[in-house]
Amino acid sequence: MSKFRKDGGKELPPISTASLPDIVFMLLFFFMVSTTMREVTLLVDIKLPEATELSKLEKKSLVSYIYVGEPKKEFRKVFGVAPRIQLNDQWANVGDIQDYIIAEREARNEADQKMMITSLKIDENTKMGIVTDIKQELRKSAALHINYSSRRSVER
Amino acid sequence: MAKKTVEVPAASLADIAFMLLIFFLVTTTMDVDSGLERRLPQWQEQQPEDDQQIKERNVFVVLVNRNNDLLVEGEVTRIDDLREKAKEFMLNPYDEEDLPEKEPIEVPFFGQVEVTKGVISLRNDLDTKYGTYLAVQNELVGAINELREELAKSKFGKSYKDLEKDKQKAIKKIIPSRISEAEPKKAK
Repeated sequence: MSKFRKDGGKELPPISTASLPDIVFMLLFFFMVSTTMREVTLLVDIKLPEATELSKLEKKSLVSYIYVGEPKKEFRKVFGVAPRIQLNDQWANVGDIQDYIIAEREARNEADQKMMITSLKIDENTKMGIVTDIKQELRKSAALHINYSSRRSVER
Repeated sequence: MAKKTVEVPAASLADIAFMLLIFFLVTTTMDVDSGLERRLPQWQEQQPEDDQQIKERNVFVVLVNRNNDLLVEGEVTRIDDLREKAKEFMLNPYDEEDLPEKEPIEVPFFGQVEVTKGVISLRNDLDTKYGTYLAVQNELVGAINELREELAKSKFGKSYKDLEKDKQKAIKKIIPSRISEAEPKKAK
């Protein structure tokens, strides 16, 4: 204590920065906990359509995603520009959806299985043909609760 | 006084923590996934010859063709007008002949209420754009949500989403969400 007041004695003590790391750490932990890293790398370009009557997907753990859109630039040489389906990190066909849904269902515990939601992230320029096929597959695998992923529209 | 122990300098601790903090700040995406929630009908092996028992006045037909044009009840309509039309159809305020029938149903909180028998039927082409399809769905769901909201406001003086579960249920009963999606016609 006296070490600091050797000369002068009446001077203001410097503001202690000892608690700064604590504060920063607190913030750090907050962001670490609230961060969700993106789990899949998108292979397709998706521009979501706009809508107003949105509801939020609350429990991330109950949601399985289906992506549909044109392949990204680097895959166009192989796959062309026709919209394709992506499940997890892989390309898929309509026929793979049932297996995917079953696998997703197996991964959840029994109580959650009824609450599962399938989120369809589909590019707005996709034709309905492929979307209808997906919906039929979802019906066949009894994944009836779906969510058409969309952005909140600005106007209105 | 001589130093007894060599302290680890803690001055850089804040810098390190800051660096981590900034990393997480940048990588964080706070956006919540949201979208239009729908329920698909059960899968049936045999596609039933549907709509036969439903009278024509009870069906609100929305067709979307491959050029993303709308045909609502036989009239070409813009998407912006769809919501009003759907609301009028579901309510049928003046009991008109060509709008859907109603049947009295006993509902808690409300008593005997005339509930519409109307069904919205949506049919699209295989080449319809998904964006258009979703816009139409959005308008139809929006129409029903608006009706529920209005009813909640006039009856309970509260917003629909702030109501208790059983009151919401009652309102759902009075304004049912019956949107049926026919499978698109295959080209023959």
